[in-house]
Amino acid sequence: MKDGARQLSVSSAEKQAKRYRKRKQFKDNFPYLVLLFPAVLLVFLFNYLPIYGVLIAFQDFMPGDNILSADTIWVGFNNFKRFFNDVQFWSLMKNTFLLCIYGFIIGFPLPIIVALSLNAMKNRKSAKYLQTIFTAPHFISLVVLVGMLQLFFGWHGLINNLVASWGGEKYSYFLEPGAFRAMYILSSNWQDFGWSAVIYIAALASVEPEQHEAAMIDGATRFQRVIHVDFPAIMPMVSVMLIMSIGGLMGVGYEKALLMQTDGNLPVSEIIATYVYKRGLTGLPDQGYATAIGLFNSVINVVLLIIANTTSRRFSENSLW
Amino acid sequence: MSKKKMNTVQKTDFLKDSRRDKVFYAFNTLFLTFLAIIIIYPLYFIIIASFSDPEAVLAGQVTLYPVKITLDGYREVMKRKDIWGGYLNTIIYTLLTVVLALGVTIPAGWALSRKTLPGKQFWMFYFIVPMFFGGGLIPFYNVMSKLNLINTIWALILPAVLSVWNLFMSKAFFESSIPDGLVEAAKIDGAGIYRTFLTIVLPLAKAIIAVMGLYYAVGQWNSYFNAMIFLQNKELYPLQLILKEILIASESTVGGSGETILQQYRLANQLKYVTVIVSSLPVLCLYPFVQKYFNQGVMVGSIKA
Repeated sequence: MKDGARQLSVSSAEKQAKRYRKRKQFKDNFPYLVLLFPAVLLVFLFNYLPIYGVLIAFQDFMPGDNILSADTIWVGFNNFKRFFNDVQFWSLMKNTFLLCIYGFIIGFPLPIIVALSLNAMKNRKSAKYLQTIFTAPHFISLVVLVGMLQLFFGWHGLINNLVASWGGEKYSYFLEPGAFRAMYILSSNWQDFGWSAVIYIAALASVEPEQHEAAMIDGATRFQRVIHVDFPAIMPMVSVMLIMSIGGLMGVGYEKALLMQTDGNLPVSEIIATYVYKRGLTGLPDQGYATAIGLFNSVINVVLLIIANTTSRRFSENSLW
Repeated sequence: MSKKKMNTVQKTDFLKDSRRDKVFYAFNTLFLTFLAIIIIYPLYFIIIASFSDPEAVLAGQVTLYPVKITLDGYREVMKRKDIWGGYLNTIIYTLLTVVLALGVTIPAGWALSRKTLPGKQFWMFYFIVPMFFGGGLIPFYNVMSKLNLINTIWALILPAVLSVWNLFMSKAFFESSIPDGLVEAAKIDGAGIYRTFLTIVLPLAKAIIAVMGLYYAVGQWNSYFNAMIFLQNKELYPLQLILKEILIASESTVGGSGETILQQYRLANQLKYVTVIVSSLPVLCLYPFVQKYFNQGVMVGSIKA
């Protein structure tokens, strides 16, 4: 009896001490919260407030309206239904999906191949120079990139000038729907394959030389070592990037497509993101509708990401969470 | 198997492999050289075209070297007040963005890398969510409008001051590059959290500061979209928006008649080559100086995170 009472008081004292320690720990570490605060505030303003603003996807919303007020007109899923019945719906889905899937087929393996290839170069110095060259286009702006595309493929661009001087027929790459996807994807890869390779190159740097030596003693050629030593070493990174790019499979941005759009190529260059921009911010804005389309797109992306991650976790040890 | 025989077996094996390796190395170099040409040639062509007679460029005579060298394009660019106004605006926006962004990202990255940060799990979640889900364009625009930022330079700067990706990269850097012992030692010596951060952590964070500075600078220097939707006042236009008008505006805007149209057209075309160079040069020159920091554990750290 006495014993139990003592134990009780001990445990309550312990609890008190624990609470005290916790409070002291919080007090001692409070400066970390101060250092973190500006970032918290900015993310709240520019990331979380817009997420709250998504509510207008379920409203009949006019610019200037309050999101939650007495006279808010809630329309449920009407905006979404309108989108599914939009004459443009299937063409938008198709354009977005094809642009992304073609981009993925070329843009995903290329940086891996380039990283393995650079890593296998004997002359380390030239490998370094090449890497610098490969990453340089990443720093060119989209406006300049599309401007360059026009200088090369425009009606008065290099290609057409050459073709004309050889007596050939000029081809209007910017007005013909047939050239849009190829131009979009190839220029994106031109700009970013080197940059995307950096992360794999960094991963390859951590391969132990002993592994290569062991493989060499076993008689492996350099190419065999690329396949059986280097590639497995970056496999976890490859999986992570694969999951991320599947999550972004419908997430192509509007910035570049918007710059490349002409009246001629609109049937293939109008994607979900550019359509959201046009319906929501230009002409007579239909913001609730545009937000609903954008939300539909983000939900697809999140679902794709979760599917990719779950699949990857089931079949390998690599996953994002 | 006798020792002698084993040696010879190994030797021939080694020779055979080395020959196969040679083929591999040759193909590898060829492949990379091919890629390098694909990267370099368009940039090289822009440079030689900017120095060449516009007529020769339009006739397809300029492919490998400049033809009838002229500086007319450069002279024309010097006269364009809108380009230099945009240039100045972009420099101001970029400097402001980088200073503010480093001031926010580096301390936050440090705080987020500490195990003793109160509510660490919650904050991690708080910053991860925006990486995968956002409100989208229209709600973002409405928030900016509610904050009265439309048609001010802060509409371009404030949203660019924190990138969650960069925040996690800084966090990873601090986790992998600052030894715990150092922080412990500072604590025992009586240094508070602020002093430890300012006098011990920051001097060791040069690599991440340089890389983050580059990322934020390039991001701001190259962005056009926010300026396009948020700015109406032409005086505030950044360089990219001016470039958009010069490089991508429709070709029908050139007025005049007959020969003058052609003349104007040639000049406009020349101007495009020059503006591409003038606008991209600062960023392309900056990159190689920062690149060396990539190898100082910045990339490797971010992978392991």
